[in-house]
Amino acid sequence: MALSITALCTACDACLHVCPQQAIIERRPYYVIRAERCTECTGDYADPQCASICPVEGAILDAQGVALNPPGSLTGITPDMLPPPSFAASSPV
Amino acid sequence: MKHKPIIPIALADGTASGGGCSSGGCGSAPEKLAHLPDHIRRKVQDHPCYSEEAHHYFARMHVAVAPACNIQCNYCNRKFDCANESRPGVVSELLSPEQAVKKTLAVAAAIPQMSVLGIAGPGDPLANPARTFATFAGLSEKAPDIKLCLSTNGLRLPEFVDELCKHNIDHVTITINAIDAGIGARIYPWIYWKNRRIRGREAAAILIEQQQKGLEMLVARGVLVKVNSVMIPGINDEHLKAVSKAAKAKGAFLHNVMPLIAEPEHGTYFGVTGQRGPTSAELTALQDECAGEMAMMRHCRQCRADAVGMLGEDRGAEFSLAKIEAMDIDYAAAMQRRSAVQQGLLRALDERRARRAAQDQAAEKPVGTALRPVLMAVASAGQGLINQHFGHAREFLIYEATMEDVRFIGVRKTELYCTGSDGCGDGESVLERTIRTLEGCEVVLCAKIGFEPWQRLEAAGIQPNGEHALEPIEEAVAAVYREMAAAGKLATKVSLARAA
Repeated sequence: MALSITALCTACDACLHVCPQQAIIERRPYYVIRAERCTECTGDYADPQCASICPVEGAILDAQGVALNPPGSLTGITPDMLPPPSFAASSPV
Repeated sequence: MKHKPIIPIALADGTASGGGCSSGGCGSAPEKLAHLPDHIRRKVQDHPCYSEEAHHYFARMHVAVAPACNIQCNYCNRKFDCANESRPGVVSELLSPEQAVKKTLAVAAAIPQMSVLGIAGPGDPLANPARTFATFAGLSEKAPDIKLCLSTNGLRLPEFVDELCKHNIDHVTITINAIDAGIGARIYPWIYWKNRRIRGREAAAILIEQQQKGLEMLVARGVLVKVNSVMIPGINDEHLKAVSKAAKAKGAFLHNVMPLIAEPEHGTYFGVTGQRGPTSAELTALQDECAGEMAMMRHCRQCRADAVGMLGEDRGAEFSLAKIEAMDIDYAAAMQRRSAVQQGLLRALDERRARRAAQDQAAEKPVGTALRPVLMAVASAGQGLINQHFGHAREFLIYEATMEDVRFIGVRKTELYCTGSDGCGDGESVLERTIRTLEGCEVVLCAKIGFEPWQRLEAAGIQPNGEHALEPIEEAVAAVYREMAAAGKLATKVSLARAA
């Protein structure tokens, strides 16, 4: 029973401040969760804290490897709304 | 004149920090701000982010020590980090509090005009309280002459008001985009509050309540509060008039309405959904409407959370951690030099103000004429002078001249980003884009200008003028306006006064 962090993490520190078990390690390029410490906040809070503050969709996975904040759930931007990759690459500035 | 009585701001000790002259700046002509009590003007006289006059002379820096955030805004995407990007929420190098103190001392030694250190992110300073306050503590000790300030979304502000006061912070900016939860819910998809992620109207209502409470608490303690608002057409543009009124009623002393920056490539919700930003004219119109009630700031450059230097310039790249390490700095000597330079700048500001006041008195005010106002763009690299080559300007200061007054109304950037709504077609040259940016202006004042841009500007109906190089901006703008009037270029309106 432990959550994990993916490479989408931006190392923004938000989860670090709210984890009740100090289970998060500031590793670079992205943070990691020490599985042996993580309780998924059971007993402390109703929701896992890292997943409740993380601003990046897909950055925190549950024990089954499923994103707790799937695409679109935080930003409202679903994959179908994004322009094709060539658009971003050709933008000025 | 629409002077209001003293704004309802209370100072804890009744005294003012700092000395010297008083600023009439903050984004509009001095007489328009005459309602600011002297002790407030003194407090902002050397603060480039709070005083329009000061920003011509003094520099600031932000240190990026606060990466975490506790809310999501639909105009923000924290994943983005590009050196060419100039907008809030973007940084290149995150600093520890120790590194931030070191960087601040290095910058303040190299740029003696630096008067202010702010923490503005890239997340929210109060979502990173340990890092934020450790930075403030280090700086209070090592550079007590530098003013400290911060900019926050306000969610945790009430909780930290006491701590802020302990660190002698007398300027705080709160970003308030709405005072209505329904409108707020269209700007903030969620907040993290009491160990839960809260969404929708409930989230917006909590955020708004905390912001308003924080504002009241700061004002009660005598802290100067500026309110920042992002103008989002169709969402909060009309509503911002109510926000401005409420902020004023609660004792904020300045309101900074900024245009939404939203481009698809930024990957923000507003960028991806095609939400447009306001045009320059829409922004100015809203600022003018709010100005009846509130002092408005119009010189904001919406800078990065790691910006360094004068507003409008970013010398951050000169002060990377690697470069700072290699610097050999005598901190005590630097502080002395800073003090001398800044005293000189305050004197220059004083003289400038006195000169303008004398000219206002001496100027003949025509009666019975109704000449139209003229917008003029100015290329300036600081000191309140026309001292920049047209081709080197990355931004233009926009002034509105009338027979009675020269009024600063805003800044238009030429290259840093293109504001989507004003258009920015593919294949346009930089010069073409610059000319579009100057739309509505009839004159552009600069230190020098090349032959080609001169011709192109003229063809576009904008008169280039290099005759006032190195002159003070307002005086030159007033002189050019009088020349235009004398040449009969402005008498397009029927003389209402005579008819009446």
